[in-house]
Amino acid sequence: MLLKLLFAKNEDIPVGSATIFFGYSSIFWFVVGTGLGSFNAAKLAFPDWVTGTELFAFGHMRQVHVLAVILGWISMAFAMTMMYMTPSLGNTKLWSEKLGLWNVFLWNIGLSLGLLLLWMGITSGREYSDLIWPIDLVVIFGVLLPLGINVWMTIAHRKTQGIYITNWFFGSMIFLTIITVTIGQSPELFNLTGLTEAYLTFWHAHNLLGLWITPVAAAIAYYTIPKITGNPLYSHRIGHLHFWSIIAFYSTPASHHLMSAPLPEWLKSFASVEGVLILIPAVAFIANILLTMKGKWSLFVENVEIKFSVTGVLLAIPLNMQGGFQQTRAINWYVHGTGWIVAHAHLALLGMSTFLEIAAVYFGLQAMLRRKLYSLALANLHYWFVIVGFCIYWISMTIAGLIQGAGKIYEVPYIDVVIAEHPYMIARWIGGTMVFTGNTIWLYNMWMTAREGTIIPDGRYAHEMAYER
Amino acid sequence: MGFRQHKFGSAGIGLMMGFSMSITLFFPSFDFRSGVSTWVGLDKQLSAGRLIGFSYEDPLVRGDGKPVTVILDKDPSTGAAIDPPIRAYVYKPGTPFSPGINHTDQLGLGVEELSVNVGKINDAKPGDGIVFTIVKGEFNGEELDYVENATAVRGWTVDKVLSSVGDDAKRFVGAGKTIYITEGCWWCHTLLPEETQDWQYFGTPPYLGDFNGEMPTAFGSDRKAPDILHVASRNSSREWMYMHFFNPRLVQPNSIMPRFDYLWAPIGKGPSDARDASGASIDFPKWRAEYMTYLKGDSIYPPDVPEPAADSQVRALVDWIMTSLR
Repeated sequence: MLLKLLFAKNEDIPVGSATIFFGYSSIFWFVVGTGLGSFNAAKLAFPDWVTGTELFAFGHMRQVHVLAVILGWISMAFAMTMMYMTPSLGNTKLWSEKLGLWNVFLWNIGLSLGLLLLWMGITSGREYSDLIWPIDLVVIFGVLLPLGINVWMTIAHRKTQGIYITNWFFGSMIFLTIITVTIGQSPELFNLTGLTEAYLTFWHAHNLLGLWITPVAAAIAYYTIPKITGNPLYSHRIGHLHFWSIIAFYSTPASHHLMSAPLPEWLKSFASVEGVLILIPAVAFIANILLTMKGKWSLFVENVEIKFSVTGVLLAIPLNMQGGFQQTRAINWYVHGTGWIVAHAHLALLGMSTFLEIAAVYFGLQAMLRRKLYSLALANLHYWFVIVGFCIYWISMTIAGLIQGAGKIYEVPYIDVVIAEHPYMIARWIGGTMVFTGNTIWLYNMWMTAREGTIIPDGRYAHEMAYER
Repeated sequence: MGFRQHKFGSAGIGLMMGFSMSITLFFPSFDFRSGVSTWVGLDKQLSAGRLIGFSYEDPLVRGDGKPVTVILDKDPSTGAAIDPPIRAYVYKPGTPFSPGINHTDQLGLGVEELSVNVGKINDAKPGDGIVFTIVKGEFNGEELDYVENATAVRGWTVDKVLSSVGDDAKRFVGAGKTIYITEGCWWCHTLLPEETQDWQYFGTPPYLGDFNGEMPTAFGSDRKAPDILHVASRNSSREWMYMHFFNPRLVQPNSIMPRFDYLWAPIGKGPSDARDASGASIDFPKWRAEYMTYLKGDSIYPPDVPEPAADSQVRALVDWIMTSLR
C-alpha cells in the first residue's frame, strides 16, 4: 500500500497518509527499541543469560537500543506530529504528502540498514554517532532534509498571519538538527581526529538532546494541551521566552559532557554556566503548560492524551533540576559516568519526551484515521505499565548511580560496587520489561483502532467522544 | 502583514547560532590545534593506523589494513642491542598511514618540524612499505618525542624488521583496538580516569597531547566497569587476561562482564571457526558442561581455557591491552 502511494500523484494521496505511516512506524520502533532495552538490562543482571555468539553480546546490542529509540521512536514520532500539527496550525494542508511518504520510506530503510550494520559490529565507534558515515548521509539527506523541506514549505504556505509557537520550534529545530548532525558527523566524513573528534562527538550528542529531543517534545505539548482541553495557551509570550532561551543558552553547553577530559578549562566553565541557564526555558515551559490546564484538571484523570502529556510535563521538573545542576563541577565529579546519568537520560527520553509524544501519536492517529480509539482501557493499561516501569527504572538506576559515585570517590574496589548494584540491575530489567509490555499493548490497541475503531463523524473530535459508546 | 515573523526569526536564529557556534566550535578549535603530541599520542596513532572503525581499508571493521607494532631489542640492520627496547610500527605496502603522517600539522609545534626535517616522514609513501619509530629530539631547547621514518633514516625495511623478531615481539595493536570498538567494550569500560580521586585507583588522567591523530577516541561515558586506560600497569598477566575473556567468572565470580569465548576465532571469522593454539577446534558445549560441573561443586577445578591461536582475535585484543594501556 505504501509502495502504491509512493508513485501516486500528490493530489491522489489521501490527507494524513504520511501521518499514519509515520505514526505506525514510530510505534513499531518503540516496541523494538524497548524490547532491546529490556534484553540488554537482562544481560547486565544475568551476564550468562544468552552467550556464545557475538550477535547477542551486550556490546553489539546496546547501541542498537539507543539508536532505535532515538531515530526510530522519538524522531519518527516527531515527524508524525509535524505531519499533522504544522498544517493544522497554519490552517492549510501538508505541502507534500508524497514527500512525506518518501521520507517515511527512506527513513525506515536507512534506519533498518544502519541498525543491522551496527548489530554486526560495523560501527564508527563514536557514541550516539555510531552509524557509519554512508548511513549518516542517509540520515541527513533522506531523513532530516525532506522532513525539513516539508515543514518549512507548509509553514511558508500557511493561511494564518502569525506563526504559532509549536511551528517556531518545529521549523527551527529541524534546521538546527541538520547543522548538528552534519557538523557532528564531520569527523567521520573528513577524518578529523583526536580531541576534535571527542569534542564533536559530544557536541553532537548534546545538541541532539538539547535542540531536538527535548524542545520538539515541548513544542508538541504546546499543541496537544490547548487543543484537547480547549483552553488557549496561557501565554504565547512565555512560549517565546522558552523558545529563544533554548536557542541562546542550550546550543552551547556541549563540553559539560566531558568535564574530566583535557578540554580547555574556559570552555568547560562556560558550558557549565550555560547549562544551569536551562532552568529559564524549563520554568517557562512547565509554568506555561500547567497554567494552561487551569480549570481542566479533571482531564488529567479522564483523558488519556492529557494524562500522558501532563505526566511528561511534570517529569520535566526533575529532569531540568537534575540537568541544570548535575553538570556543574561540584556535582559532576560525583555522578559522572555512573548510573545516575543513565537514569537522567531515561528521564529525558523515556520520561519527559516519550510521554509527550505518546499523547501526540494517540491524538494524531485518531484524528487522521477518523477512528476512535479501540480500547480506552488498554490505553490506560499502557499508561500505567509505562509510568510504573519507568519509575522503577529511574529510581533503581538513580540509587545505583549514587552507590557507584560513592564507590568512585571513596576508592572502593570496583567489584564491590558491581556486587552492591546487582539488585538494582534486576529492578532495572523489571522496569524496562514493563515499559516494553506496555508498548506491545499499545501496538495492538492502535492496530485494532485502524481496523475496528468507531468511525468519527465529521465535525467531531475523538477526545470529545472518549466516553461515548 | 507589515511585521514578518519569519524575517525576524531567521535573523534572530542566525545571530544566536553564530554566537554559540563561535563559542563552541570556532574558538575551541585554536585550543585543540595547539596540542603538541606526547609520546603516548604518537604511539597511539602510529600503532592504530589511519583510523579504527568503518573505513575504506576496513569496511567490515575486522581489523584489516592496520600496521603491526614490533618490540625491538636489537637493531634489525646491525644486530646491535637496543636497551631499553623500542617500538617499531610496520606499515606493509598499501597500509594507509596514520593521520599525523599525511597531515603533519596535526603533530603539533616542534614535533612537526622534527618529524619532517629530521625524521624525514614526508619521504614515506604508502605504496612502499615503511617502518616508523619514535625518537627524542630537541626543538627550541625543549626535548620532544617525534616520528622517524626508520626506513629512510636507518634503512630498516619492512621485511628486515619482521624477520628479525619472533612472534612474541609482534603486537597486533591496531587490530586489537578494532575489536575493542566493534565488541563495544567501551559501553562499560572507560579510557578516561577522572580528575578526582580516580587517579589514585585507575592512574593518571590523559594529557592534552595524548589524542592527536586518534580516531575514535572512545572515552566511554557510562562506566559499568573499571577504567582501563592503565590496566596493563595493574595486571600484566596474559594468562589472567585469556581466562578473564574466555569466562570472566573464572577469575572474578561476581563479574558481570560478558563471555568473549567467541574471540578465539581467527580475525574475520565467526565462533564456529574458533581454534586453539594447536589448531584443534574448540568444543564449546563440552567446555560449558564441564564448567557447570565445576559450578555445582562436583569438580574441584574448572576446565582449562584453550591457548589462543596466534591469529586469533583475542590475541590481538590482549596485544592492544598489554601494549597501549600502560
